Amino acid sequence: MELTLALAIGVLTGSGVWLVLRPRTYQLVIGLSLLSYAVNLFIFSMGRLRVGAAPVLGTDGAGSPADFADPVPQALVLTAIVIGFATTALLLVVLLAARGLTGSDHVDGRESR
Amino acid sequence: MEWTKHLLVVPILLPLATGAALLLIDELRHTAKALVSLASTVLLLVVAIALMRMADAGGPGALSSSYAVANWPAPFAIVLVLDRLSALMLAVTAVLGLAALVFSMARWHRAGPHFHSLFQFLLMGLGGAFLTGDVFNLFVFFEVTLAASYGLLLHGTGAFRVRSGLHYISINLAASLLFLVGVSLIYGVAGTLNMADLALRMAQVPAEDRMLVQAGAAILGVAFLVKAGMWPLGFWLPPAYMAAAAPVGAIFVLLTKVGIYVLLRLTLLFFGSEAGELTGFGGIALLWGGLATLAFATSGVLASQALGRLAGYSVLVSSGTLLAAVGMGDAAVVSGALFYLVSSTFGTAALFMLTELVERAREPGADLLAVTIEAYGEDGEEPGEHEDEEVGVTMPGALAVLGVCFGCTTLLLAGLPPLSGFIGKFAMLTGMLNLDGLGSTGDIPARTWLLLALVILSGLAALVAMMRTGIRTFWAPLETIVPRVLVVEIAPIVALLALCLLLTVEGGAVIGYTDAAARSLHDPLSYIHGVLGTADAGSGTK
Repeated sequence: MELTLALAIGVLTGSGVWLVLRPRTYQLVIGLSLLSYAVNLFIFSMGRLRVGAAPVLGTDGAGSPADFADPVPQALVLTAIVIGFATTALLLVVLLAARGLTGSDHVDGRESR
Repeated sequence: MEWTKHLLVVPILLPLATGAALLLIDELRHTAKALVSLASTVLLLVVAIALMRMADAGGPGALSSSYAVANWPAPFAIVLVLDRLSALMLAVTAVLGLAALVFSMARWHRAGPHFHSLFQFLLMGLGGAFLTGDVFNLFVFFEVTLAASYGLLLHGTGAFRVRSGLHYISINLAASLLFLVGVSLIYGVAGTLNMADLALRMAQVPAEDRMLVQAGAAILGVAFLVKAGMWPLGFWLPPAYMAAAAPVGAIFVLLTKVGIYVLLRLTLLFFGSEAGELTGFGGIALLWGGLATLAFATSGVLASQALGRLAGYSVLVSSGTLLAAVGMGDAAVVSGALFYLVSSTFGTAALFMLTELVERAREPGADLLAVTIEAYGEDGEEPGEHEDEEVGVTMPGALAVLGVCFGCTTLLLAGLPPLSGFIGKFAMLTGMLNLDGLGSTGDIPARTWLLLALVILSGLAALVAMMRTGIRTFWAPLETIVPRVLVVEIAPIVALLALCLLLTVEGGAVIGYTDAAARSLHDPLSYIHGVLGTADAGSGTK
């Protein structure tokens, strides 16, 4: 489980960083999205991973709070998703405006020679 | 006196409510919108001054108050904390917000939709970032500030603005992701997000986890250093600030100071005297980073041709000086740095607003606003009608007033005697050379001499660059063009400069305040006990 998650975060981050460094605005947006997925998974993993645990209570009645997953990282992820979603949407609008105003989808508004 | 503690939440709620209410007013009713926005900002200034008095009322070193927003005991829910530093930053925000708003009322606020709402949301984000007592809400308020700043940077559109806006947004989105990684790493190790609680647990972090905390803090620090524009993370700053409309550029000066504020607060809280093995972590990096920034920005100031770019590099000079001063980690240096922060913020903001007026004298009719009004499509208007549109009292003797303001800004940025820039730098340098109190004879390390030389050199560079521009603008032209300058445009600049003069005249009192602020920053225990001790259940909203 740990290995799978770590690999997922690593692959997402790696592809995200590579795409962010590319010159096209579309690649930039996809790269930032991938990076934010990686970060969301990372925050989630900071609440510790547990496999096969009961979601809230086990079958034998009330357990101790120590058995539950830490809810704080989940709340953080939720906030981060919402904020990341909104700012990415704003970035998309700016990309369209830049495409319209400069006539190029290069991040600098003109092709590099 | 029971109700006064609810004042703490006003700097967040007031701009939020005003910004939301302004969305409901029709876009064509400029005057109504401007008046509502202005009234709210004036009220914010009054509240900020009241909070500053509240913060200063407690004895030296005492934390003034914390406010449990949801009335949960401190480490569990959202808490707002007011001390001298945050009160000072709030007051600077309100003053600068008011000045930029008045300036924008000449014409910028009509150049695009929702200027006033965005402006109020920016003030809300800044207020929240200065008041919040936990790291995650810091992220939230940071994002509020940034989202509003994206909108404001694009205000007025135009290809240049959209292109720099694209760079600005991408870089800040990436920095926000680093912020999240840092916060979650620290949470993963320490298990809390409350700043006071975190500071308390720093000393108890087991040795095998210490590296994780350091990694988390370093990643978090990089996010703020991007905001503060430390070399090599600050190349985005001059073009973005240059592209912004003049009042927006003026308020953006504060955004870099948020980065400095957070670094100052968190390094001294997390890695201050109570942190055990972790004490002093990051100080050297900040010091050398600040030195590199200062060197880079000084050459940038000298190399700048356009006044807007010069203003952008002046922001970096101020950032570099402050970062290096924070890195010194000494209470006397930090006190001088706080004084310098206030004075350089006002000076640079005045320069941003002055830039537009001076540019008007240099190239008539070619200013960006004419282009933007065209692009934004105030349709069916002849070019001649723009003149009638600018109703308002025109400034008599505009060029003379502009020249005097330009000279005063030069003095402020160069740190020459009659104005407050000098006192700030002098206080900082005195602190650096007397680390063990006045008259000490201890050895002064080489890096201190380097910083001292760079601070003075940066002042000289600012003087040279500003004088060159001033001569070219005010003295060299054979046929001087007298720019149309409205009273509402020059008034905020004069007010900011007058405030700097007041800072000089009342220098003793101000230094006393910053001294107390710096001392309480260097005593993290007072902050920790202030937050965890006073915010018992029942002390918040009833």
